[in-house]
Amino acid sequence: MIENLDMALVNWSRGQFALVAFYHWLFIPLTLGMTYIIAFAQTIHVRTGNPEWERIAKFWAKLFGINFAIGVGTGIILGLEFGTNWSNYSWISGDIFGAPLAAEGILAFFLESTFVAVMFFGWGKVSKKFHLVSIYLVAFGASLSALWILVANGWMNYPVGMVFNPDNARHEMVDFWAVLFSPYAVNKFLHTITSGFVISSFFIVAVSAWYILKGRNLMLAKRSMVVAATFGLISSIFLATTGDGSAYWVAQKQPAKLAAMEGLYEGEEGAGLVAIGMLRPGKEIGDGQNAFIFKIEIPKLLSVLGYRNADAFVPGAEDLVLGNEAQGIMSAEEKIRRGRLALDALAGYKEAVALDDEAGALASRAVFEENYYYMGYGHLFDPNGIIPNVPFIFYSFRIMVMLGFAFIALFLLLLYLTVTNKLEENRWLLWVGIFSLPLAFLASMAGWIVAEVGRQPWTIQGLLPTMVSTSNINANAVILTFIMFAVLLTILVLAEYKIMLTAIRRGPDNKEKGGDNV
Amino acid sequence: MFDSLTHLQLQQYWWFIMSVVASALVFLLFVQGGQTLIGTLGKNEDERTMVINSIGRKWEFTFTTLVVFAAGMFASFPLFYATSFGGAYYAWKIFLVCFVLQAISFEFRRKKGNLLGQKTYEAFLYVNGFLGVFLLGAAVATFFTGSEFYRSEYNLSYWQSSLLGLEILFNPLNIALGIALLFLARTLGALYILNNVNSETIMGRARRQVGLNAIVFLVFFLYFVIRILLKEGFAYHPETKEVFLEPYKYLNNFLEMPVALILFLAGVVLVLLGIGITWFKQSRKGIWFTGPGTFLTVLALFFVLGYNNTCFYPSSYDLQSSLTIENASSSRYTLTAMTYISLFVPIVATYIFFTWRAIDRHKIDDKDMKGGEHHIY
Repeated sequence: MIENLDMALVNWSRGQFALVAFYHWLFIPLTLGMTYIIAFAQTIHVRTGNPEWERIAKFWAKLFGINFAIGVGTGIILGLEFGTNWSNYSWISGDIFGAPLAAEGILAFFLESTFVAVMFFGWGKVSKKFHLVSIYLVAFGASLSALWILVANGWMNYPVGMVFNPDNARHEMVDFWAVLFSPYAVNKFLHTITSGFVISSFFIVAVSAWYILKGRNLMLAKRSMVVAATFGLISSIFLATTGDGSAYWVAQKQPAKLAAMEGLYEGEEGAGLVAIGMLRPGKEIGDGQNAFIFKIEIPKLLSVLGYRNADAFVPGAEDLVLGNEAQGIMSAEEKIRRGRLALDALAGYKEAVALDDEAGALASRAVFEENYYYMGYGHLFDPNGIIPNVPFIFYSFRIMVMLGFAFIALFLLLLYLTVTNKLEENRWLLWVGIFSLPLAFLASMAGWIVAEVGRQPWTIQGLLPTMVSTSNINANAVILTFIMFAVLLTILVLAEYKIMLTAIRRGPDNKEKGGDNV
Repeated sequence: MFDSLTHLQLQQYWWFIMSVVASALVFLLFVQGGQTLIGTLGKNEDERTMVINSIGRKWEFTFTTLVVFAAGMFASFPLFYATSFGGAYYAWKIFLVCFVLQAISFEFRRKKGNLLGQKTYEAFLYVNGFLGVFLLGAAVATFFTGSEFYRSEYNLSYWQSSLLGLEILFNPLNIALGIALLFLARTLGALYILNNVNSETIMGRARRQVGLNAIVFLVFFLYFVIRILLKEGFAYHPETKEVFLEPYKYLNNFLEMPVALILFLAGVVLVLLGIGITWFKQSRKGIWFTGPGTFLTVLALFFVLGYNNTCFYPSSYDLQSSLTIENASSSRYTLTAMTYISLFVPIVATYIFFTWRAIDRHKIDDKDMKGGEHHIY
């Protein structure tokens, strides 16, 4: 079906998407979360008339504005990259994947861009209530936009609501609601958006902590700290809950990803969860070596989290590659064989249709439909290739989870000390607050690595591998544009950071040394 | 509600929606056009700031409309999305860079610590205004002139030119539409600023720019339209779907679809009327005529491009690979689902209209730019 197997093309295409997505995600979490915090501060102002709260809202809105534009700019590259770099994918899945993107544009982007203009330019120009409603609409628009794009992403991980149409050689949607309300997608949305809330909270915590350390803008900093720590605490607890939901759905629908997350090679009943562990370098499937140099395991927890049953069997990488008859798991080799049958039958069907050979077409179609479920495997050569990069996923997953739990404790502590007015005495904690911002980004990026690298080798789980999803162009074109975006975006991001740091240093009063206004 | 529509009706409906979005986008390019006039209309820092803030408050609408056009094409005609973006690769990537530069430039321009300096960001706005608009015009012209791609029996497309989209610059018709679009955008930009900025000096310069740019626009646009009307077009047989070259195809489309002809003529008259009252009657309201006129003209051209058995994205390499609203579209189910979503379009247009009015009630002037309190680009 697709004879496009230039691995340089595939890897550079993936690299380009990862590059732009990485830069995009430096800004989007703040867009997702800060609007709610700004809206909250402004709500207090509108209800109480207290000008300090408006000052707080305005200050964070100014920083939000610096961040917003570059998030928009990096976003358009990603949207069009499906077409420019993943054109085979865009055709094969566009019938399902395009709809959420269009819905995002019509329903969410206009809402965001219209009311963000009111939010930026409306201070004192439109009525306070209209202005406040506009801030809420920006927040809502950003969340709605996240919903649609994550529904699309969720579908790639757990494709539902479609059938394959051999005449057009693509997947076609048959159930919009199944795509929208896919439990995998809903969970992904909730988990990702709350991660944005947590990062936003840390952004405000970090800036406020710095002001408190410097002994300036104390009222703004402390009030912001209370709001951000509260918002962060609630969000991080919810984040852990939805993380559990995400893992559950990965266990159900992407056992290879789960095996990589846990470094699990030999499946077992009542599998334990590795709390801390070090993988043995050079471990390969079926080599009989222990996958771990050492590990500390919580017994049975993986079975409980993945299957809600302490004795459930959790398949390991070896079960998935070599097969496990007792557990009813087909070997990757057999899946590849069936996948090739499907692809050959599809070719036979196309040929028969072209020759008006009705009987031949029917026969081929029957073989195709019987093996359709394995179609994607037909493109693979190496059965081991169905397992993503284990160490990368394993360690990324641990970084994310450990930091996630640490964040809950940190928010709790920050909140307690702010409310009891002991924050200034604990300068170390303020420093921790500042360094938590890069750690929050690290945790979040690690989460994306687990989600996206963990999906490999697939673009659409089980149905379409990345290596046949790219555009049919020369790898050099992709390398060239990779370099172009890497240079351009790095410069722009550095500029953004410098502007942001300058604005923070100048503070709400727009002076080099802000006044103390306790 | 829409379940009774046939697949073809849905395809036609979605071509209509995409035509509306494309037409709105061309009108909204006044932002880009205005960007290319910053130095011409603003001779000192304060004037430039007024000009930039006038158009800067609208950049997100143009940007969002562009994104929605792309996403809408992905959802409704995914084969176009795959073929054009994945094939005319360099053209679209350069186009993207132009728009990324725009997205950050308004916000970063006058911010302390912006690393590259104010002049660089203003230069970025020029790049977006000149190159971005020109490339868009040249790319849309290929809808009439054709591109070199081959579509396999699996509907996967293979671009045949190793220049990956840059070859569109070798066709004079593509160049002509690129230039025409650029000067149309500049005309619209001058008209918008004339209406939106309260400063006699800027208004005087803007009025002069309307005249100058309109002349260049009209020359290239007429050249393009006349050549298109007289050339062979890419048609397909409604039954067999076979693609063939038809003499005077686009002229025939206008004659066979009087609605398109009427829209086109009305659009052109409005465009000229707006320019005329600006030039001869010293009016500030030209944008209210030229803007809608632009919208109608583009709408008519898109009708001619997609309807009446015409290939909207033709392949000059292999006629049978050409894309039509029938073979490039999403399934009937998806188009139906999307049609429900499209019901929100009028609601979106309504709130945009009222929000613009609320913000634009205050025109841009000197005082406004020195408020200190407000968010200013």
